[in-house]
Amino acid sequence: MNYNPFSLEGKTVLITGAASGIGRVTSVECTKLGAKVILTDVNEKGLKETMSMLEGKEHSMYCIDLTDQTQIDEMIACLPPLDGFVSNAGVTKPSPVKFIKKADLERVMSINTFAPICLTQRLIKQKKLKDGSSLVFTVSIGGVYTTAPGNAMYGASKGALQVFVRNVALELAPKIRCNSVNPGMVNTGLVKNGAYSDEDKQKDIGTYPLRRYGEPRDVALATVYLLSDASSWVTGHSLIIDGGKTLY
Amino acid sequence: MEIKEFIQNFADQFDDTDASEFNAETVFHELDEYSSLIALSIIGMVDDEYGVTLTGNEMKSAVTIEDLFNIVKSKVG
Repeated sequence: MNYNPFSLEGKTVLITGAASGIGRVTSVECTKLGAKVILTDVNEKGLKETMSMLEGKEHSMYCIDLTDQTQIDEMIACLPPLDGFVSNAGVTKPSPVKFIKKADLERVMSINTFAPICLTQRLIKQKKLKDGSSLVFTVSIGGVYTTAPGNAMYGASKGALQVFVRNVALELAPKIRCNSVNPGMVNTGLVKNGAYSDEDKQKDIGTYPLRRYGEPRDVALATVYLLSDASSWVTGHSLIIDGGKTLY
Repeated sequence: MEIKEFIQNFADQFDDTDASEFNAETVFHELDEYSSLIALSIIGMVDDEYGVTLTGNEMKSAVTIEDLFNIVKSKVG
């Protein structure tokens, strides 16, 4: 039985932030479902590792800095028409408001907000998105549905991105769909090292009704759904994947 | 770097705890006002004042203010 409404067979998908975490697993899952993927990241080593994990052939990668418009333009000039775009690259810098530094704020906003907006703008202007294509942005519950101490910069960047997603959905209808996935805490490099202690994390996990942080695959499969024709009547939606965190 | 100045900078991150509570031997995790936000503020202060990036686990491993001072001192320059 070959019935699979979530198949990505015949689709070409561009994925940013593909060298690690959610982006890496999303890339792998997309290829398992038949997609041809084009991966980008600033981390060449990680990108090559992801490439080696893919199923199928004819995938490609671009090691570029998405905050550099020239590099974006050079990549876009080489891209084939796309059936899907997954904007996934993101960073965080936990800091209480009184310790926010402009340089940190600019870095977080430029990677989490400005880069996805600028890349989307170019994909549209250069007519790289085919009719029937689907855009999926990795946003977050943070900033959109929840707040946490030290999360102001990240939250502001993701809140702005969420508003952008809804506007793109409206402007690109009826030919192109645009949605977001909104994960809670996911076990990636963004969470594993840094300002929060292991004890803080254990306490935080207690606030998730399903009693665990997410795994990258939990989010990747939601992105697969939004890329696939199974979601062809879904646009402007924020798909929360958070182990029940926002039920409280 | 001086421990006296470090204790002062440490104490500045608290609003409601009396200054007399802060000394080298203070077990800071047990202070009523201590919270995850204060911990992040101390990390921010140490970055601003000493150019050192502390991790959450280093904050956790320090029992007294002096322990934290020694961690920061070992990472300076």
